[in-house]
Amino acid sequence: MHVAAVFLPLVGAILAGILTFVAPEDKARRKRIDRASQWITCSGLILAAIAAVFVFIDVAVEKNVGTVELFTWIDSGTFEVSWALKWDTLSAVMVLMVTVVSSMIHVYSVGYMAHDSSVPRFMSYISLFTFFMLMLVTSDNLVQLFFGWEGVGLTSYLLIGFWYTRPSANAAAIKAFLVNRVGDFGFILGIFATYMLFETVHLDTIFSAASGQADAMMSVFGGEFHALTVICILLFIGAMGKSAQIGLHTWLPDAMEGPTPVSALIHAATMVTAGVFMVARLSPLFEYSDVALTLVTVIGATTAIFAATVACVQNDIKRVIAYSTCSQLGYMFFACGVSAFSAGIFHLVTHAFFKSLLFLSAGSVIHAMSDEQDMRQMGGLWKMIPVTYAVMWIGSLALAGVWPFAGFYSKDIILEAAYAAHTGVGAYAFWMGIAAAFLTAFYSWRLLIMTFHGKPRADEHVLAHVHESPKVMLIPLILLAVGALFTGVLGYSSFVGEGASGFWESAILILPHHEALEHAHHVPAWVKWLPLGVGLAGILLAYILYMFAPGIPGAIAGTFRGIYKFLLNKWYFDELYDAIFVRPAFYLGRQFWKTGDGTLIDGLGPDGLSAATVDIAKRGGRLQSGYVYHYAFAMLIGVVLLISWYLLVQA
Amino acid sequence: MLEIGLSHYLTVAAILFALGICGIFLNRKNVIVILMSIELMLLAVNINLVAFSASLGDLVGQIFAMFVLTVAAAEVAIGLAILVVYFRNRGSIAVEDINVMKG
Amino acid sequence: MIVEALTFYLFAFMIVASGVMVIASRNPVHSVLFLILAFFNAAGLFVLMGAEFLAMILVVVYVGAVAVLFLFVVMMLDIDFAELRQGFLKYLPVGALVAFILLAELLVVLGGWTLSPAAPEVVAAGAPVPENVTNTHALGQIVYTQYIYLFQAAGVILLIAMIGAIVLTHRRREGVRRQRISDQIRRRAEESVQVRKVPTGKGI
Repeated sequence: MHVAAVFLPLVGAILAGILTFVAPEDKARRKRIDRASQWITCSGLILAAIAAVFVFIDVAVEKNVGTVELFTWIDSGTFEVSWALKWDTLSAVMVLMVTVVSSMIHVYSVGYMAHDSSVPRFMSYISLFTFFMLMLVTSDNLVQLFFGWEGVGLTSYLLIGFWYTRPSANAAAIKAFLVNRVGDFGFILGIFATYMLFETVHLDTIFSAASGQADAMMSVFGGEFHALTVICILLFIGAMGKSAQIGLHTWLPDAMEGPTPVSALIHAATMVTAGVFMVARLSPLFEYSDVALTLVTVIGATTAIFAATVACVQNDIKRVIAYSTCSQLGYMFFACGVSAFSAGIFHLVTHAFFKSLLFLSAGSVIHAMSDEQDMRQMGGLWKMIPVTYAVMWIGSLALAGVWPFAGFYSKDIILEAAYAAHTGVGAYAFWMGIAAAFLTAFYSWRLLIMTFHGKPRADEHVLAHVHESPKVMLIPLILLAVGALFTGVLGYSSFVGEGASGFWESAILILPHHEALEHAHHVPAWVKWLPLGVGLAGILLAYILYMFAPGIPGAIAGTFRGIYKFLLNKWYFDELYDAIFVRPAFYLGRQFWKTGDGTLIDGLGPDGLSAATVDIAKRGGRLQSGYVYHYAFAMLIGVVLLISWYLLVQA
Repeated sequence: MLEIGLSHYLTVAAILFALGICGIFLNRKNVIVILMSIELMLLAVNINLVAFSASLGDLVGQIFAMFVLTVAAAEVAIGLAILVVYFRNRGSIAVEDINVMKG
Repeated sequence: MIVEALTFYLFAFMIVASGVMVIASRNPVHSVLFLILAFFNAAGLFVLMGAEFLAMILVVVYVGAVAVLFLFVVMMLDIDFAELRQGFLKYLPVGALVAFILLAELLVVLGGWTLSPAAPEVVAAGAPVPENVTNTHALGQIVYTQYIYLFQAAGVILLIAMIGAIVLTHRRREGVRRQRISDQIRRRAEESVQVRKVPTGKGI
């Protein structure tokens, strides 16, 4: 059961992968192959989800924590790494969330990708992705975690660039992979530093030794630094890349080039949450380093507000939701930063449901609008696709944190914890979080109104084709909506409430002097109600600007042209990176290629040798002039040389 | 300086020899000058031989010089015969035109 | 003593000057004439060294035969003087340098040559200069006895050279009329005379 939950997706991925290589010509056989791959992968995932439920009951409810050893991987001197599944509350929660959401997305993809030409490849990739994510969350050592980490990075590259005939998709996939690589570099250095300090990468061993190494110092480039701070900062850089925090976020909006189920799976529920999971999993290490926690808080809060501001002016429906994801991830991070790890995980789980719901319903809209993604070309659709409209409302309400939807519970506890931390960065995070909540509600209703209300701005041809999605796409939407409705209420007490310490036990460590989560339950009333208040205010503003007075947004954009362009161009991050990193890298690469490789190595090596040979041969050929007196001259020179040598040697 | 010894004659012979060598590759236009330069070189060798013969009191040097003379005469005859035939065929004795061996 | 030195220097200077002019003359006839002058001066040097036979042989053979042959050929070949000059200066630096090096080395070696005192006894075993005979007589005594084979070989060489020169330059000309005596004698009336009846007043 424990093993099946993790490995069934892999089996499905392999079988579907084999089917990819069967390419029948006639349509009937092609349809049968597609169907077979869909059945295999979906059933694999659904069975894995069922197994995950049982495991959850076993591990989290009945507290049977433990490790399932599979087999040894590396055994080299003192460095031992084995393939093992670590089952405790945190991994059980994550596995349940990943398998349930992923199975919903598998079923949805059956409908969404029905007309695609490479269905088996798609199904295989998303199953493979799920497997890697499951390996990541159940790993019991840092190297296996990194295996999963890299695996999800790889499959996200494959999925973003799924329609590889489009150059923009290829570029986006490369961008995602490269930016993630920058983060992975920090992650690897973190693993090395961990091994240096603890002489092992096994998580349980590290956690039990962490308190002993709390004050250890490590020398980096000659300076002495607090060891655990160095490790945590390096590992957090990896998390920044994977979870698209500010600085390494540039890949997330471009990743919308992939099909919508991919965006839902990867960029809402799973891959981007790997960073948050990693910080929570390593809470025993992070707790000992206040500097690292502060860094996490600041970055998280800044990302939250940054992404929210950019989302307000985006016109592509998927990009709005992508920036929303970025912003919510910031929330999760600053929750972890104030030592409220369980609140961060709580929000992670609820966010998985309502964000993937939002993405899939956006996919439904796109499907209905014949692949139109620009919201400026939509409008007036709510009567035509009512089910999509309804679930999108549910998702948006959950996102904005309106009672009694899931986001209300998780977002509120995070903001309360930030306030209750009573630190400077905590206060910064709190106010940024409030501002971001306001903007979140605003842009979510902007999206709803622009897409579904008003006069239809699409042409008649598109409007004639608008139709509700098929049942195979609607059922996952409804199930996810149920999740978005009830996970908050159901999970509150176990995750962050009175049952929290009993629920989490040793999975998450919170040091006694980090009392933010404790005090979060005793904050003043206005702190409790402020997030809801600003959420409703945001909704109201959106209604005013887009429903009742639709001319105002354009006027504002015209007046504050600079700010508008600044936000529209995502704070010019891409242009900045292009100038600082991309152009010099290309220039360096060209120099190495043309000058280094071409001129130097080729010139001194093969090309140079052949040119020199030809040159010397030509010069040698000129000696054969045919003139006798030339030859006589040559003989004379030889005689002179001989005599000179003889004279000198004799002397 | 005033006492004429062996080295004086040898010096003169050396200078003549060098002149003959110059003549071989300095001239461009006339094969006859080459042949004459060879004669100069042979003359220098003869002077050398006779000078040694005189200073050593050995007549072998002079006999050798006589034979050198003989061979030189034979060689000149053949050389000029070749030159004449060459001129008949090519119409020019410019050194630069004798390049049929060019490879 | 001083006369000897003076004559030596005169002859030496003349021979070197002639050598230079042989190479540097524009006119090939001038070159040949300067070559003749060089030979004469060399003969003078030989006389100074006591080898008068060789000196005369030099004049007779070299000047009288070889140099005259040169002159014949130079006159016979129709050489265009005008274009004879170019290219001389192009190679002058390098050639002069090489020749100068050679000369310097020769001078170093030969100019400082001093014979060891023991040399004359060792060498004199070969063919010592006999007393009371002329140079010619002495040479004859040695050549016809000890070096007779070389002498005959030299003769053969000259013979071959003569034949070779004739063979090389011989050519058969077309259209040259020569007498063939044997044919003339063997002629018979039937081949050469023919009787024809010619009517009066008309020709053949």
